Amino acid sequence: MMMPGLRARGNEGALTLALPRGSLFGECLSMLDRAGFDTGEPRGDSRALIFALEGLTIVTVRPSDVPIYVESGAADLGITGKDVLSEQNDRDVYELVDLGFGRCRMALAARAGGADLERAERRLGLMRIATKYPRTANRWFERMGRQAEVIEVKGSVELAPLVGLADGIVDLVDTGRTLAENGLEIVDEIAVSTARLVANRVAHKLRATEVDEMVELLRESAAG
Amino acid sequence: MSTQPLPTGTRDVLAEEMRELRAIETSLLALFGARGYEEVATPTIEYQDAFARGAGPEGTATYRFLDESGSVLALRNDMTVPIARLVARRFAGAPGPFRLAYSGSVYRRVRPQRGQLREMRQIGVELIGAEAPAGTAELVELLVASLDAIGLQRAVIGLGDADLFPSLLGELGVNGPAADRILERLADHDLVAIEDEAGDLAELGEAERATIVALSNLRGGPEVLDRARALGGPAIERASATLAETLETLAAAGVADRVQVDFGLLRDLGYYTGAILEVYDPAVGEAIGGGGRYDDLLGRFGSPRPAAGFALYLERLHVAQAAEQELGRP
Repeated sequence: MMMPGLRARGNEGALTLALPRGSLFGECLSMLDRAGFDTGEPRGDSRALIFALEGLTIVTVRPSDVPIYVESGAADLGITGKDVLSEQNDRDVYELVDLGFGRCRMALAARAGGADLERAERRLGLMRIATKYPRTANRWFERMGRQAEVIEVKGSVELAPLVGLADGIVDLVDTGRTLAENGLEIVDEIAVSTARLVANRVAHKLRATEVDEMVELLRESAAG
Repeated sequence: MSTQPLPTGTRDVLAEEMRELRAIETSLLALFGARGYEEVATPTIEYQDAFARGAGPEGTATYRFLDESGSVLALRNDMTVPIARLVARRFAGAPGPFRLAYSGSVYRRVRPQRGQLREMRQIGVELIGAEAPAGTAELVELLVASLDAIGLQRAVIGLGDADLFPSLLGELGVNGPAADRILERLADHDLVAIEDEAGDLAELGEAERATIVALSNLRGGPEVLDRARALGGPAIERASATLAETLETLAAAGVADRVQVDFGLLRDLGYYTGAILEVYDPAVGEAIGGGGRYDDLLGRFGSPRPAAGFALYLERLHVAQAAEQELGRP
């Protein structure tokens, strides 16, 4: 049991949607445009974090913070990548819709042409893997029956195999350009990630009609 | 000199908070007493076997240790199993029904850096020897009165059915580990995984996926009963009929408007059968209480009787109460 977060206004006012500031942000706003919301303000260069649209309040947070805002009830709904939800799979949020956009792959990568991973596995019994997604990586290696020492880093994951911190990396790959520019290549695909719409469980119960209407609106606008 | 830290998930309570916590506890126990539910206490430690017998593998207590003879003891992680054990042991030949109340701490595991409580207080009742729907309705009515007594007039009770999804999956021919995987996803309310045909739930056809997702999202007033029935099948029909029956009894008691029918409700303890409950307050992001029927539990202790109960989570009630006061709606 957790000391619960307060839902900012209880049941009053518009629903609150947590949007991820980052690569999904643009597509989220385009989806809201298609749904008929005026996204001029969040689209601008304002430093504000809360935007009151007509019929929907938007809060902007880091993609990896979306689950905690929604779990605690600080936001009724949220959008973030499946990669974030898988890494934080102990967060108690309802995963309602695969919005389809923001498609990228979680992959195991290593130095191109090198046999770093095989060599490490054969001679040392395990691979050292740098990643921002330690739980996702550990789960996958466990499932594959392979031994890995997972090293958590907060950024510039591609650097780790180049300087000998790790034999390979597990990271999110969009176009693959960053990998290529650092002389890395994909060795294995772990999962495909897309943007997901999640809901707070109490909001899902107590504001059922509003939540269902918003979910349908966003589901249609994402597809459109 | 550095201060002495506390284990994560535990805390000291100082005077002002203690007064407010005690006030909630006192008004609930007074209400329970006035309705004929008498307070009892069970030990904080029991044999681990009691929890395993009552709640199965999911009931395994987190904190286990050995006594001087080598038996495995456990700090209780639940109040219902010990009270079922007490009734089976002490009142075996008595006719019942028994109306019992309790206020006690339970001990749960915590995940790091989540602000979860390792030690939390539950205040609740057990009605042992009264069948559905009358017994269930008596409890829901008492639950509504309890919420009113502590100023949570806006709180809502979700009412679901624990047997629905297991029997629906059986009907669809999904059993064993495949059914467990789906139930796990339903407990997480991960509807995307259930809709995903390329995922690991290959046992389900398109129509079955649609039925399960629709059912899982069905919540609201009595009108959702008809929407559920439209999805067809004996499991849904049976659950709808049970829920309708309970709702009628609640309507007669004048508390049906505080109840939300929720076909997607699942509880994570291993002993629930039939009606299950969860309590929500609009000011708080998580359930503030829960419960349901456990008609098989007493039988596991050798004294079969129909039974049901609910527990309110004291620390969360207090947060809800404070939030309602902040919102200007005590």
